[in-house]
Amino acid sequence: MLKYLIEKEFKHIRRNKFLPRLILFFPTMMMIVLPWAANLDVKDIDVAVVNRDHSQLSGKLAEKISASAYFNLSSVSESYNNALKTLDKGDADIILEIPEGFEKSLVKEGNAKVLIAANAVNGTKAGMGSAYLVSIISDYSRELNNQTITRGIEIVPQNRYNPAMDYKKFMVPALMVMLLTILCGFLPALNIVSEKEIGTIEQINVTPVGKFTFILAKLIPYWLIGFVVLTIAVIIGRVIYGITPQGSLFTFYLLASVFVFVVSGFGLVISNYSNTMQQAMFVMFFFMLIFILMSGLFTPVESMPKWAQIITLFNPMKYFIEIMRMVYLKGSGLDALTRQISALLGFAVLFNSWAVLSYRKSR
Amino acid sequence: MYSVTADNLEISYGTVKALRGVSFQVSRGEMFGLIGPDGAGKTSLFRILTTLLLADAGSATVDGFDVVKDYKEIRGRVGYMPGKFSLYQDLSVEENLEFFATLFNTTIKENYHLIKDIYRHIEPFKTRKAGALSGGMKQKLALSCALIHKPSVLFLDEPTTGVDPVSRKEFWEMLKRLKQQNITIIVSTPYMDEAIICDRIALINEGKFMQIETPQNIISAFGKKLFAVTGDNMSRLLNDVREMDIVSSAFAFGDEHHVTLRNPMLDHTDIEAGLLEKGCSNIFVKEINAGIEDCYMALSQ
Repeated sequence: MLKYLIEKEFKHIRRNKFLPRLILFFPTMMMIVLPWAANLDVKDIDVAVVNRDHSQLSGKLAEKISASAYFNLSSVSESYNNALKTLDKGDADIILEIPEGFEKSLVKEGNAKVLIAANAVNGTKAGMGSAYLVSIISDYSRELNNQTITRGIEIVPQNRYNPAMDYKKFMVPALMVMLLTILCGFLPALNIVSEKEIGTIEQINVTPVGKFTFILAKLIPYWLIGFVVLTIAVIIGRVIYGITPQGSLFTFYLLASVFVFVVSGFGLVISNYSNTMQQAMFVMFFFMLIFILMSGLFTPVESMPKWAQIITLFNPMKYFIEIMRMVYLKGSGLDALTRQISALLGFAVLFNSWAVLSYRKSR
Repeated sequence: MYSVTADNLEISYGTVKALRGVSFQVSRGEMFGLIGPDGAGKTSLFRILTTLLLADAGSATVDGFDVVKDYKEIRGRVGYMPGKFSLYQDLSVEENLEFFATLFNTTIKENYHLIKDIYRHIEPFKTRKAGALSGGMKQKLALSCALIHKPSVLFLDEPTTGVDPVSRKEFWEMLKRLKQQNITIIVSTPYMDEAIICDRIALINEGKFMQIETPQNIISAFGKKLFAVTGDNMSRLLNDVREMDIVSSAFAFGDEHHVTLRNPMLDHTDIEAGLLEKGCSNIFVKEINAGIEDCYMALSQ
């Protein structure tokens, strides 16, 4: 019976003009395009240099900045006001002002001041840009010092697990989480709601087919699709970004199935409370946004305010993104992930029992 | 043993009472008609009897099983055709039929004799998607699907609503033949003229049964002379008729008005005379036999 119902589900999916394309096209696009787009690496920052010193040393500093891959020297001007105008027009992102007497004070007193002004409309660009600029300048001052006497502490940062600090490597495992959420959580739920809306669920309900069988028959096809797509995503990650899970594939798939169980339960709860597709879509959209923005997918949870961090504790996606990144980049095993795994298991039990209970109630 | 019984069923949606104490019994092999306008509570009653809805009060049995306790038993024994077409539009005619046969652990072949009469009308289109069928063909497919597991009780919720008159007639002919298979049929319809085919009918209004009788008894119990009135300007005519003292009731009824009188001694000439006095033209009055709808109107007053 279950087998027959599943066959029927696949028939529906195949017959649908839109769904099969969506199921294949959407994840591939997502994996190919999004890691490049959703990238917090800041590049091509336009710098307007106000050089009021006209000395050898100030010229060298400007040169060094324009030589960096992060910066384009957009203009060199005499006055700060001129530079501000280019900032207004959007031709420059950051102004570096080298004051008069820069070289003199550097040589005489061993230190000098410069001014950095950044356009903070795009906060990330401004923040990262200023930080890069500062590091270039301190680099420069170190070079100068080397020529005289070596002083101070040299810091050599080492980025473990993602040595090149490649943001794409950070995004790829997280995007897989979104894929699984949509394919295994939202699609089957929408499918059930559509049967409600069309009225076919009534026709099934008067047959001896149990509700459990019916729902299982709805979920299993999407579980299968979810894992096929996940595998495709892993292959894309390998081929295009050269990223493979550092941890074992077994851990990877095992924990993915726990997460799938969580989102399926969540989808079922929504489907139980929705009578129309529109309603279900809206609720899902709402939760999807919250889940994504509060999961650490784009911005680290640690940099959120305390109260927001507490909210993220109730976001199952957060735990799975942590798991995926740890398994993928760090190669963590099950023992290192007990906290996240127990959270996910808790959500799985919660959502699925809620789904079962709310289903009974609506009988 | 009765095939279907209901005892004081009640249900309400919020403050709206959809059923206010409905009781009846239907014998095996009987065709039982539920006649009433939209919103009378017909669908709620069907949903309770097919175990899709829990009643607030009262009890019911189908095929001897309680609709609450033994709902699983009932689900294997009844066929239900909801008012709204609810088969899979993206599956073909044959796939739909096969699907429902499989859900009941049977095959098309096994019960083909039951649906043969109906299914052969749509069999030439069996590879067509159900969504692409005409209204009449959809009904036939839905009936075939409801019958494929040889149910002992068949529930048909407004099967002929939205179907053309020819298909409607055909549909009722099919039901008549099904009755010979000893299948109990409970059918609802807002078209009262169709009810005459049923063995017994229940007139239902605002969640209450007004009368349960054979169509013949309901009609013969009408007890009054009934007149059909036509003339120029029918809407004015209806007002004029209603204003007459001798008239007890008057309803627009298709292209004529049906009128009853207070005094059984008066007849059509009295109506004519009264209307001429009011200045109506082209008046034609004749005595007619009452139909189910006339009885319904008289009862629901």
